[in-house]
Amino acid sequence: MKFDLAGQGVRELNRFLHGPDSQGSVVKVDNPSGSHNLAVGALQNCQVTIHGHVGYYCAAMNQHAEITVRGNAGPGLGENMMSGTVRVQGNASQYCGATAHGGLLVVEGNASSRCGISLKGMDIVVGGSIGHMSAFMAQTGRLVVCGDAAESMGDSIYEARIYVRGKVAGLGTDCIEKAMEDEHLNELEELLDRAKLNYSAKEFKRYGSARRLYNFDVDNASLY
Amino acid sequence: MTNKIDQSWLLESATFSRPVIREIQRAAREGIYDIRGFGAKRVLPTFDDLLLLGASMSRYPLEGYREKCDTRVTLGTRFAENPLIIETPITIAGMSFGALSAQAKEGLARGATEVGTSTTTGDGGMTPEEREYSRLLVYQYLPSRYGMNPDDLRKADAIEVVVGQGAKPGGGGMLLGQKISDRVAEMRDLPKGIDQRSACRHPDWTGPDDLEIKIQELREITDWKVPIYIKVGATRTFFDVQLAVKAGADVVVVDGMQGGTAATQDVFIEHVGIPTLPAVRIAVDALKDLDMHRNVQLVVSGGIRSGADVAKALALGADAVSIGTAALIAMGDNSPEYEEKYNELGTSAGFYDDYQDGQDPTGISTQNPDLGKRLDPDIAGRRVANYLRVMTLELQTLARAAGKTNVRNLEREDLVALTVESSAMARVPLAGTDWIPGI
Repeated sequence: MKFDLAGQGVRELNRFLHGPDSQGSVVKVDNPSGSHNLAVGALQNCQVTIHGHVGYYCAAMNQHAEITVRGNAGPGLGENMMSGTVRVQGNASQYCGATAHGGLLVVEGNASSRCGISLKGMDIVVGGSIGHMSAFMAQTGRLVVCGDAAESMGDSIYEARIYVRGKVAGLGTDCIEKAMEDEHLNELEELLDRAKLNYSAKEFKRYGSARRLYNFDVDNASLY
Repeated sequence: MTNKIDQSWLLESATFSRPVIREIQRAAREGIYDIRGFGAKRVLPTFDDLLLLGASMSRYPLEGYREKCDTRVTLGTRFAENPLIIETPITIAGMSFGALSAQAKEGLARGATEVGTSTTTGDGGMTPEEREYSRLLVYQYLPSRYGMNPDDLRKADAIEVVVGQGAKPGGGGMLLGQKISDRVAEMRDLPKGIDQRSACRHPDWTGPDDLEIKIQELREITDWKVPIYIKVGATRTFFDVQLAVKAGADVVVVDGMQGGTAATQDVFIEHVGIPTLPAVRIAVDALKDLDMHRNVQLVVSGGIRSGADVAKALALGADAVSIGTAALIAMGDNSPEYEEKYNELGTSAGFYDDYQDGQDPTGISTQNPDLGKRLDPDIAGRRVANYLRVMTLELQTLARAAGKTNVRNLEREDLVALTVESSAMARVPLAGTDWIPGI
């Protein structure tokens, strides 16, 4: 199945991906030209390849589909994904993977600020570096960063796990470095393998919540 | 034994009244601000400060119970394939499962459905019971995105993007740990028993230009079928309403500062935002300025209690209203029936506002299963339905008296103000004069 967005509308593509005919299909999308809301709410097991750059919210709320972007992605890539796999071969803008519940999001390049904000269970693997305030209030799920992390990483984090291979410019409130146990090495190896990124888990450090902000305590007021 | 003294000669300070003294000493003792539920308790200009002009020589009234006075309203006519048709212009506002018990949510759904109106989810997602018992369910899209998923999004009859609420415009939320049951924790993807912070800003858009794209995303996911509302707390209402229209809203919901909450700082509830009365007028002015009045429907909320409030809101130009606190009261909140239980909590019926602590003796604002059992959803639903019917009848009574065959034909010309303040805010003349301050 082919969609050429130079002539066809975004709505046509999305309606197809919501319908039963998309089950098992292989979809090629040409000339995205930075369009917003491409392949949002996909419902079926299918393979979608977008040849070019995409705008806001590409692959948002994805369920089951395997979506590849051969270009860069605008803000909100894969936001609130439930399942499936999304891979961007270039860079991703702000808030990629925001609030996502499940599935795997791979950014082969860099991801901008607030990557994995309010994460709710999905796995994000970034081949490059991430911007500031990433994993802010991340609840559960995993964020793997093969490059560096900018300031305030993991601010107000809950139970999500962050693995960073490079330098961390600064940790946010209540985010601390934690020991790498066998359990963590194993899950990280598996994530890197699924993301097809060739790094050793032993090169990474793990970060998570100190759990000091879980229940309001006036003695922690200076942390807020 | 203490001798009783004659207090009649004692002069209480207006500045340091007994409640103020008590709050200062509580703050000094506990070191934390007061968090509570309910809504603003201070005296504010309200719809009580307006009066409707009935028919006389220049207007013909309609016969009560005989001549038709239509109450049906259609919401979401701008872009949606399936706008919402409600039989009365009174809807149930968003309140979360978590803040409220499952029984309370079911009661609200049953009541709304019985009279043909809509109910609304809240922060925490959509429960199956709520969907089952609501014929028309508005699904809130909130900054926390707790429980947000595309399956529920597609089950909704409308989507409400919540930017803010009247009780705390500019503020997020906090569901305290004592209300986080296993089910609430699971729905929100957080551990049991910890405080759950609801963010004050959406995680993946900032500003109206982004919001326009976000709304298109929601429309794409739902195949442009259902209306999309934008809800704002009443603050800079003129600009907010215009930006909501620009962002592509089908319906704008404006929540005045009397709007209720499950848990917010008292200082926020009482000191931020503007009352519902001026907010309605400003919102209508904003829509008219864009020539979008009636094309984008306006729903107002915040302290609506009676058919008279509804009639006045519609006369100022609203298409419908939402009720929250009043619906809880209809189900039994603050009922004297529970006076003894309220006393055990150090309060009294009519004063209870600790929705945040989960010990509500009526079983409404709690996750305690034993307390929740006290509320029979069937009875609660019937009470909500009865209350909605009474409000609708009151509304029709007033509209007929003003000679209207449709409640939405009520207009600003049908109103006068009792006070200079309400005259200025509503831009209707002070009763007995043709004077509107500032005009």
